[in-house]
Amino acid sequence: MTEMMNMVKAVNLALYDAMEADDTVVVLGEDVADKEGGGVCGITAGLSAKFGAARVKSTPISEQAIVGAAIGAAMIGFKPVAEIMLMNFCTVASDMIVNHAAKLRFMSGGQTSVPIVIRTMTGAGVSNGGQHSDYLEQWFAHTAGLKVVIPSTPADAYGLMLSAINDPDPVIFIETLPALFTPGPAPERHKMIPIGKANVVRTGRDVTVIAYGRIVQGIAGLAEKLKGEVDIELIDLRSVSPLDLDTVLASVAKTGAAVVVHEAVKAFGPGGEISSAIHERLFSKLRGPVIRIGAKFAPVPFSKPLETASLPSLDEVEKAVRSFARATPGMAPLTAGVSD
Amino acid sequence: MLDIFTKMSLLKQNDERMRAVIKSGRLVMPYYSVRGQEAIPSAISALLKPTDFICTIYRGTHDSLAKGCPVDKLWAELAGRVTGTCKGKGGPMHITHPESGVMITTGIVGSTMPIANGLAWGSKMKGNDAVTIAYFGDGASNIGAFHESLNLASLWKLPVIFVCVNNGYAEHTKTENCTAIDEIARRADSYSMPGVRVNGNDPLELYAVAQEAIERARTGGGPTLIEAMTFRFFGHVFGDDDKYMDPGEKAEHEKNDPYPKYRNWLLDNGHAVEGELVAIEAAHAKEIEAALKFALDSPFPETSEIRHDVYAYEVIE
Repeated sequence: MTEMMNMVKAVNLALYDAMEADDTVVVLGEDVADKEGGGVCGITAGLSAKFGAARVKSTPISEQAIVGAAIGAAMIGFKPVAEIMLMNFCTVASDMIVNHAAKLRFMSGGQTSVPIVIRTMTGAGVSNGGQHSDYLEQWFAHTAGLKVVIPSTPADAYGLMLSAINDPDPVIFIETLPALFTPGPAPERHKMIPIGKANVVRTGRDVTVIAYGRIVQGIAGLAEKLKGEVDIELIDLRSVSPLDLDTVLASVAKTGAAVVVHEAVKAFGPGGEISSAIHERLFSKLRGPVIRIGAKFAPVPFSKPLETASLPSLDEVEKAVRSFARATPGMAPLTAGVSD
Repeated sequence: MLDIFTKMSLLKQNDERMRAVIKSGRLVMPYYSVRGQEAIPSAISALLKPTDFICTIYRGTHDSLAKGCPVDKLWAELAGRVTGTCKGKGGPMHITHPESGVMITTGIVGSTMPIANGLAWGSKMKGNDAVTIAYFGDGASNIGAFHESLNLASLWKLPVIFVCVNNGYAEHTKTENCTAIDEIARRADSYSMPGVRVNGNDPLELYAVAQEAIERARTGGGPTLIEAMTFRFFGHVFGDDDKYMDPGEKAEHEKNDPYPKYRNWLLDNGHAVEGELVAIEAAHAKEIEAALKFALDSPFPETSEIRHDVYAYEVIE
């Protein structure tokens, strides 16, 4: 039987394996040491007990100081993994992230570099309201010098975290809060998953669905449900930046149709960039315009029905992919690419 | 003592030459003159090893030069040339030269301190005795990063020295009109670390205070906040008029110009003879002329440089 593991345990294991393999890997953030609970969700549990208080440092609630400390230590040979508990709190540290971590390599002409990982959790669906739920990956993907990783499974989280820690550049590593405790197949120990290479979750001929993060699992289930009606090729980007356009374009060139789905707000979201890239390169091969599906242009609401309504739904995805189903014998032809 | 003068001579003449070159139109850039503040990095750097670090700000060419950043590479960087410290990609607000310990120059007020903490934390984890200096202005002591950084540095007993260069103005606003405490050094009390206000125009007083702070940091005693009182003679950004100053204010401060004062002190007390000092000054004048020529004769970077150093690999669009 396949060993199962959730994302909390998978990231914890990645940190453990990285720290065991390399003394320069250090962890800092609010409540990360065991005395303070090993992280609010337990992701850093046991690390300070095993590797000592000097390498696993709980910090004050001081996001600028946390990221600044990580940057400085990284500049002289350490590989710090800084936890900014929730992604909305990255706004408080954005000077350190955007003006410094992202730019020091370039502004110094390559003399310095900032190999840090910023681990941060987020995601709507657990009634955390407007300041604890946002997906802000597009802000950071828009900043040259940063990499942005969002794993969709525990096994991916493990392999991508190992790569992030060993990456020579700063990586924002987004853990989706509502999916943290969902079990999945356990990772293969010590196996890194490269950052910047998308994962083709399933192959299909009718339509390419491009997604990342928690929603990938739901779409995989949908693809299975629609089997025989719409043949979906599902791409999990794994990282929003670098964006693996080669994999996306190769797939869309084959299917002639694309739907981009993310939990970040649709307006000005990553879907706009991906959709535009597809149109620029494959316009004549498309059977219809690329469809984007994302969260509503509003702060994430608290009230459950509103929160649910603000998020992209599998119903929307189903409607979109059905519009690209190729006519097969016995099926009525469908109008391609029509969507509101 | 002569070591401090030698640094001051370089910094003063470098600033004078830079303003003249900008005025002549040969270089075009925002320039934040350091004239009047030379004593501070000169006295502090005289106590530092090449392996110690500094983090400085946009008004920081003097800090970089005093720490040992080469004059020619600095000028080439200010001229945007490929031979500059940062291949021309940083410019006056981002001078970086790790070989001499100049780890960052930031254009963001208050941002030296969080990163200085990180360098100090790294040094501590390595178990060596390196110290890190964070330079910043009086205005930066009102930014959140100052308070977060002093708190963390004190908690973690980091080998870092926070040097607040209090030149009386945050951009165009007088310190007393934007700072709720009359002595920034006293802010150290909130973070359980020593805080000392010092005459920033007196190299010997600075030296003594910095020596104690650096020694404390090197031996595991943690951080210190030093508030060095000084004045900037050429406003916030070079080209400012002085309308926001009181009439006669600048003239009053010019009487305390640290350069002639220290020079005369050395002569009056028999620590140097005129010929010696003239020789030092003449050598710097020559070095700066050579640096200017080196900078202007150097090529600009290829436009392909845009793709390099964004990441460890080349960006292909």
